[in-house]
Amino acid sequence: MGNVIKKNIIHGIFNDEVPLIEACKKMRKKGIRIKDVFSPMPIHGIDPIIGVPRTRLAICAFIYGITGTSLATLMMWYMMISDWPNDIGGKPNWAYYFNVPAFIPITFECTVLCAAHGMALTYLLRCWLLPGVRAKNPDPRTTDDKFMIYLELNDEQSAVAESIMKECGAEEVNYKGVKEIQPAY
Amino acid sequence: MGEHRGEYKLKFEAPKNAQWFAYGLMAVGLISIIAMFASDHGHGEHYHAGTRAWANIFAGSFFFMSIGLAAAFFLGLQYAAEAGWATTIKRVIESVALYLPWGLSLMLLLFILGQFHVHHIYPWMAPGIAERGHPNYDEVIANKIGYFGVFWWIRTILYIVGWLWFTFKLRNNSLAADQLEIDVNNSYHWKNVKLGAWFMVIFAITSSTSAWDWLMSIDTHWFSTLFGWYIFSGMWISALTMITMLIIWLKKLGYLEFVTESTIHDMGKWMFAISFLWTYLYFSQFMLIWYSDIPEEVIYFQTRWETYKALMWTVLFVNFAFPMIMLMSRDCKRNYFYLMFVGTIIFIGHYLDVIMIVMPGTVGHAWTGLSWMEAGTFLFFLGLFLTVVFRTLSSAPLLVKNHPFLEESLHHST
Repeated sequence: MGNVIKKNIIHGIFNDEVPLIEACKKMRKKGIRIKDVFSPMPIHGIDPIIGVPRTRLAICAFIYGITGTSLATLMMWYMMISDWPNDIGGKPNWAYYFNVPAFIPITFECTVLCAAHGMALTYLLRCWLLPGVRAKNPDPRTTDDKFMIYLELNDEQSAVAESIMKECGAEEVNYKGVKEIQPAY
Repeated sequence: MGEHRGEYKLKFEAPKNAQWFAYGLMAVGLISIIAMFASDHGHGEHYHAGTRAWANIFAGSFFFMSIGLAAAFFLGLQYAAEAGWATTIKRVIESVALYLPWGLSLMLLLFILGQFHVHHIYPWMAPGIAERGHPNYDEVIANKIGYFGVFWWIRTILYIVGWLWFTFKLRNNSLAADQLEIDVNNSYHWKNVKLGAWFMVIFAITSSTSAWDWLMSIDTHWFSTLFGWYIFSGMWISALTMITMLIIWLKKLGYLEFVTESTIHDMGKWMFAISFLWTYLYFSQFMLIWYSDIPEEVIYFQTRWETYKALMWTVLFVNFAFPMIMLMSRDCKRNYFYLMFVGTIIFIGHYLDVIMIVMPGTVGHAWTGLSWMEAGTFLFFLGLFLTVVFRTLSSAPLLVKNHPFLEESLHHST
């Protein structure tokens, strides 16, 4: 059993997103790690400010999109060329490339379908937002009109963070108990 | 209202070299237009002397007029949607929109010249086209001649008067609001919201019908209901590209310091999105006609496929694949050099699109490929356009004063 690291759970409540961003910037400059921010609406451009790494969802979207394109092509090739070639509007389906314009709408739709659903499901899974999951919302007021910085800090940093948040106009700084972390040896 | 207003550079003065550059473009363009008329002798039954020259002038007039029109539409759209983000760039949009009186005058001049048979861009303007037994008689046109002639002229005058009325009204209300110390009830803003909403309704109809009347009637036998939207999306993307490039240029000169990076990013998003709108409509029109394969419809693409193949592929590649790849990433839409580079290419791409719309119905199979004639005419109209835009930009402060969304726009961030 090693030393247990004790960290204070701190909720900094703000009335507006501008002082919150200000406080985040100042705390990051002091080397304080911001665990999370809760907000009733999306705050554009906050990710780099609170140190969230760039999203990799775009890479997933590309992979899902390409999968959709391939599936659509395979499906149409099998149906229209390989299994049962038809002559539509004087255009016999001897080869796929002959009638490419006719296949483009379906290719496009299937790409969008796979990319959109894939991204949504990835997002829900990654955030663990599944049916029946309990809401992880430390302070329900953040779903209405309050903005919150969520911190887990040691005593020394807690004092610094509290003074910065107060100085930037935090309405409340609440200590919500202590979290004990077992160091991994 | 913008506590830093006093610190901004609000009075635009076109730099001497930019002004001379625009004059230079006009001079070079004028020389090539004269040379174009001198060298275009014409051959064959349907290819008169000067056909290609007139078609070029028509394409140039229409392209730059349509930029002014789409800018007026964009301005009205911001009011109708009560959008806040574009307030800081409103004066740039207005300046582009105010090319409209020049563009429409040139179009009107061309129509009048056509009616007096100086050029032969519109086949239905030919004498005796609807008279049975006349050598010019064309049965297809004779059957729908009621839509042309006087009715066509009434519509044309209505478009011109209507569009100009809305454009000047929107601009004058905006200037009048600047004169007030504080506009307590935002009275001028609400006037413009109303105007903008009505303009959307009027424009929704006239953009389609004017495209049929002015461009589709070049190929009088042919018809496509989707054509109006295709032309509209093309003029919209050209105007957005022009506005974006002007904003970046003004920023480089030290003006518009109040325009945030996010506003430029939004313009990049518009360019990206409307490029797709254009592609969607272009392809929809092509695909439906290709698939149904009805001779009277397919002739339109037949001509293009046979004689204008290279141009057709260039237009599709430059206006679809190029912006898709180049403007997809967020960082590209925030990079000035990138936007300027992509914007220039798309802008030329959409001029080529107009060339591809006008030429097959006029020059037809006598087309020998793009040449200095197209380039010269383009430069002339670009020079004229820039001269007019410089003048309107310097005629009013670069930032509006009394606008309810001004503060929001100054802090716009996405």
